[in-house]
Amino acid sequence: MKFLQSLTATQQVGLLFLILFGGLLLVSAVAVFLAMREKSPQNDHGLTKFAADLRAVWVGAVVYWLAWVSGAVGATILFAVFSFLALREFVTLMQTRRADHRSLMLAFFVVLPVQYVLAGSRSFDLFTVFIPVYVFLAIPVLSALGGDPLRFLERNAKIQWGVMVCVFGLSHAPALLLLEFPNHPDRGPFLVFFLVIATLTAQKLETFVSTRLRRRPVARQIDRTFGWQSWAIACLGAAIVGGLLFWITPFKLPQAMVMALIAGAAGTLGEFVMTALKRDAGVNYWGNTQQVTGAVGLLDRVAPLCFAAPVFFHSVRWYFQLKN
Amino acid sequence: MNKADALGFVLAAVARLITGAQGHWKGVPPKAEQRIYFANHQSHLDWVLIWATLPADLRAQTRPIAAADYWTKTPLKHWLTREVFRAVYVDRERKEGGPDPLEPLVAALEQGDSLVIFPEGTRSNKGMPQDFKSGIFRLAKQFPNVQLIPCWIDNVQRVMPKGEVVPVPILCTVTFGAPCNLQPDEPKAEFLARARDAVIALKPGGAA
Repeated sequence: MKFLQSLTATQQVGLLFLILFGGLLLVSAVAVFLAMREKSPQNDHGLTKFAADLRAVWVGAVVYWLAWVSGAVGATILFAVFSFLALREFVTLMQTRRADHRSLMLAFFVVLPVQYVLAGSRSFDLFTVFIPVYVFLAIPVLSALGGDPLRFLERNAKIQWGVMVCVFGLSHAPALLLLEFPNHPDRGPFLVFFLVIATLTAQKLETFVSTRLRRRPVARQIDRTFGWQSWAIACLGAAIVGGLLFWITPFKLPQAMVMALIAGAAGTLGEFVMTALKRDAGVNYWGNTQQVTGAVGLLDRVAPLCFAAPVFFHSVRWYFQLKN
Repeated sequence: MNKADALGFVLAAVARLITGAQGHWKGVPPKAEQRIYFANHQSHLDWVLIWATLPADLRAQTRPIAAADYWTKTPLKHWLTREVFRAVYVDRERKEGGPDPLEPLVAALEQGDSLVIFPEGTRSNKGMPQDFKSGIFRLAKQFPNVQLIPCWIDNVQRVMPKGEVVPVPILCTVTFGAPCNLQPDEPKAEFLARARDAVIALKPGGAA
């Protein structure tokens, strides 16, 4: 571990690249091998789902790497596009009315770009309060000017929620990328990597353990598998993975584990909340399973990150007393 | 690539970015045969959406109908509809003793082009389409070999409600149904009602 910590940032990047894409290649090779075997319809279904997940991880890894090499501007734009697509999916399933047109315009064409410009320019103080304070007022004002009182609170709450999750939450990923630490230069990209791996580990582990354990679900109506034991195991798993990765972060070992625990816990709970939201909207899946041209169920993939990123970002900022 | 093709490419890309422009080919595959697509009409974007949903090679031979008085008024509108979309112009007012308003459509079909028509004649925002005008019946009678494909365009009224000019990004779908051709000796009213039902039946989540 001392040796890993002593490597320069460039060497660490190279090492991570090898681990990430090497691992992916290995898993993909095994998947291809498995796909060639004769199979029953049952495990064929599992394999298809696994292949879809694997594809998503590949896309995620490549995109993430692109964000890293393209620097501050590239990363900000990339996540802004993600925000746009996620918010588009979110709004599609929320029944908005004609009078909401102006507030939706505001959300897509003003709030979203401004939030990412603030992130890109490292104006983190304004970045943090822009949506919860200013946009919180602006959206209902525009909606009220639309002159339609029917389900006013409900419609506005939905738009506010969409903006909070898809724009505010996700914009913390590039913000993290741009965070400057006094004694650790260029640690931001590593932290995003750390965050993504921790949330992903917790998410996958939670799914895996809950299907194996088959304990009584906490809220059957919302999620048939979510239980406290599997959640705790998932968070622990995230902490262990975080500990294994502590050498890329500005943290010490215990700190890294706690941070990964926080990220994993926030991510899995966030996903749980999103499941409740989907039940409310009457869907199982944000995207369209049959035809994927334009809609890819992106929100499903980024939802844990949307919730984990702000919590993680502000924990880090608070802990290191960062002023910028 | 000339200017018109380039603009067409950009417009299709923008339509995909804003609406996703997902085509669900439920009843027929996208195929290069001569067709008349007929759909519900809720927004100015309807045509662009169907057009963006079609594969690029089908776009080139599928043409919209445009009101001649409106779409030839300014040089830009005229250029856009003529060069980019290759629109078929029709006169909205039928003059007494003048030529048949369907004449340009017949000419286009005789050339082998496919058409997209909105048989309601006007945009409706009541959810369900209004009664179909009889033009589609006459075309069906005159061209029995052209496939009549019903389409349901969903969600587009939320993207750009009547009176707004800036579209809001919301995912839209176009569902293409099985051909709904004229039966031999089918009366006009029955065919028009059947065609309208075929469009409504494609609405996602049932015809509620």
